[in-house]
Amino acid sequence: MTDAGRLAFLDEFRSGPQTRGLLEELVAGNSVPLKVMEVCGTHTMAISRHGIRQAVPEELTLISGPGCPVCVTANADIDAFIELALLPDVIATTFGDMLRVPGTRMGLAEARGQGARVQVVYSTLDALKIARENPDRSVVFFGVGFETTAPTVAAALLEARQTGVDNFFVQSVHKVVPPALEALSSAPELAVDAYLCPGHVTAIIGPEAYAPVASRYGIPCVVTGFEPADILQGLIMLSRQKAEGRSQVEVQYTRGVRAGGNPAALALMEHVFEPCDAAWRGLGTIPGSGLAISEEFAAHDALRRFPVDVSYSREPRGCICGAILTGQKTPRDCGLFGGACVPEHPVGPCMVSSEGTCAAYYQYES
Amino acid sequence: MCLAVPARIVEIDKQMATVEIGGSRREASLVLLPDASMGDYVLLHAGFAISRIDEAEALETLRLFRAMLGEGNVAEDD
Amino acid sequence: MRADRSGQILLAHGSGGRLTQQLVDSVFARGLSNPILVRMEDAATLDFQGRLACTIDSHVVSPLFFPGGDIGRLAVTGTVNDLAVAGAEPMHLTAGFIIEEGFAFHDLERIVESMSEAGAEAGTDIIAGDTKVVEKGAADGVFVTTCGIGRVPDGVDISAAGARPGDAVIVSGTIGDHGITVLSQREGIGVATGLVSDCAPLWPLVRDMLAAAPGIRVMRDPTRGGLAATLNEIAQASGVAIEIDEAAIPYRTEVRSACELLGLDPLILANEGKLVAVMAQEDTEAVLAAMRSNPHGRDAALIGRVEAAAAPRVHARTLIGSRRVISMPTGEQLPRIC
Ligand code: SF4
Repeated sequence: MTDAGRLAFLDEFRSGPQTRGLLEELVAGNSVPLKVMEVCGTHTMAISRHGIRQAVPEELTLISGPGCPVCVTANADIDAFIELALLPDVIATTFGDMLRVPGTRMGLAEARGQGARVQVVYSTLDALKIARENPDRSVVFFGVGFETTAPTVAAALLEARQTGVDNFFVQSVHKVVPPALEALSSAPELAVDAYLCPGHVTAIIGPEAYAPVASRYGIPCVVTGFEPADILQGLIMLSRQKAEGRSQVEVQYTRGVRAGGNPAALALMEHVFEPCDAAWRGLGTIPGSGLAISEEFAAHDALRRFPVDVSYSREPRGCICGAILTGQKTPRDCGLFGGACVPEHPVGPCMVSSEGTCAAYYQYES
Repeated sequence: MCLAVPARIVEIDKQMATVEIGGSRREASLVLLPDASMGDYVLLHAGFAISRIDEAEALETLRLFRAMLGEGNVAEDD
Repeated sequence: MRADRSGQILLAHGSGGRLTQQLVDSVFARGLSNPILVRMEDAATLDFQGRLACTIDSHVVSPLFFPGGDIGRLAVTGTVNDLAVAGAEPMHLTAGFIIEEGFAFHDLERIVESMSEAGAEAGTDIIAGDTKVVEKGAADGVFVTTCGIGRVPDGVDISAAGARPGDAVIVSGTIGDHGITVLSQREGIGVATGLVSDCAPLWPLVRDMLAAAPGIRVMRDPTRGGLAATLNEIAQASGVAIEIDEAAIPYRTEVRSACELLGLDPLILANEGKLVAVMAQEDTEAVLAAMRSNPHGRDAALIGRVEAAAAPRVHARTLIGSRRVISMPTGEQLPRIC
């Protein structure tokens, strides 16, 4: 039974025969230079993992966008979570990716060395469970991520309130994609022709969310899945739009994305969070691009419950993550890449997360 | 930013489900997908089902791939 | 006869006094009995001629008991396999135990029993041992260190530096079974796979392989750091490039699906009963045939080849026919969702 079993809806979309035809089509249909930004970090990872960058025609340039939550989280937010983790009687809970992120003074791994209790969880429900099992501790969850993840955090907050888990708190640094894309698109220095839009974010928010970007800035958008065949087809659809002079929102990932997105998730998000301005590493502060915990759930807001001082925060020196996230530079342009900054000793967050642009370059292409 | 994998619902107990993918099982919350039912394929993200996978759409996408490969059977599918 | 009524290991069991003696007699001497150990000398003495291989490995694992094995089995197979991939027939092992105060007696008995079983499978025995008991909290249950010696047959010369351009790269079976088995037992992961660890002594397999082709150039067991680390070590030591074909790597479906669920890279997962071998192209068929008729090599597969290179590196031909670099893994793998 070694590999007789197939992974449904994965294997069919990554096999050689499927992708070969798509690659041929992409080569045949692509004669003009096209710069495509993959907005989402999971796309970045898939592109690296399958060697897609090396396989596509030369005219096609793939640029990694701001879609890795670790990379766009500002140092001040990371520092605040580390301060929370260092408080006595706090159990800090986080998704695995954040553990190695360096803050201004230290990262979570070092905070652990200093006695902080930091626990990696796979789901917000696991964090909630830890809170139930440790009623005499405060359990703080680091709420990072985009619209895909935010509803799962909202669900945990709602359950915490409904079932009276008063020792469960969230530091919300959640971000939403459309305002960031809007800010990117309006920047005069942006050198991108088309967007490969994130399939899983769109499963929540619906493809309509990109309509303003496509119409106002004339940038084609294709909502795309994460298997190689999906990505190749998404690129074909983008280059067709370009060739035909269209700039529309199209959906390649039809099996996972519906018009209007996921209404239950959207309603839950709206109930628990409210829009706020948010600082994105590299993009600066973007109005309305963050999710703060609403008044109704203020009792579970970690930073309201435990105010911490992070006035010492600053961004790492020499790191050009900012320019990389906006598609203006690649990791190879960074003087620290592969030298002072490597996955074992990351300087900037783009090297920390395995889907960070620098890590992806280092790991799969160096 | 958002790793999500297709998994099949094999058990439902109120808002919690057991989902299965290639012999691995995990609990999944259905809070974000309240109308999911047994046997559905869903996208699982961080322990939550976030979207139903439309099997007909998946087949249609695969048919389009085959069309690009120029396989003869495409016409029959139509 | 239980040495303590509470069924727990006490600090006094490590004090060198009567309780220590009881522990040694009732658990170790009984569970691991062999003519050399029962002499209970300060040092075991052996007669020996020829080339000797020697290795040592400390074992810590959480949880201590997992499907398909436990720390005892792991401690024996880990050391036996280090000898085996040096082409050495394991002769004897020694074992050191660091036990946390309060550890359950019957758990220690279980561990010792599986050490004895694994030793028998590998055709070796434990001829000397040591036990220390440390205060509660100073160790996590039990740590086991094993040292092993083995005999290298004439004409066998295996080294990580031996790979040459044109050689074939083989793995002995499915990759990642142990890593996913242990990870899925940890708290908060919540993934059930039904997998068992591949933890097994590889000497019988290596013996069959060497019989088929004594000139095998490289063997390594891809434990910590997985296949990615092992291939990079070989490439660096030999100054070559290795190209593997991703589609050719054998995986159990459960390993692939658990990796998809948890966002893990299967090439980095630990294995405890698998080996990687590099050999001349013309030896490949004979070696693969020998491996496949051994239970521990049933799923053996040719996964790649060695190429000349200016700088050592490892490539994979990806599923879509493109190429990517496989680099040395960094740090512990954590489940990721984003
Ligand atoms: S290589 Fe390191 S320092 Fe340079 S941009 Fe990337 S993360 Fe920042």
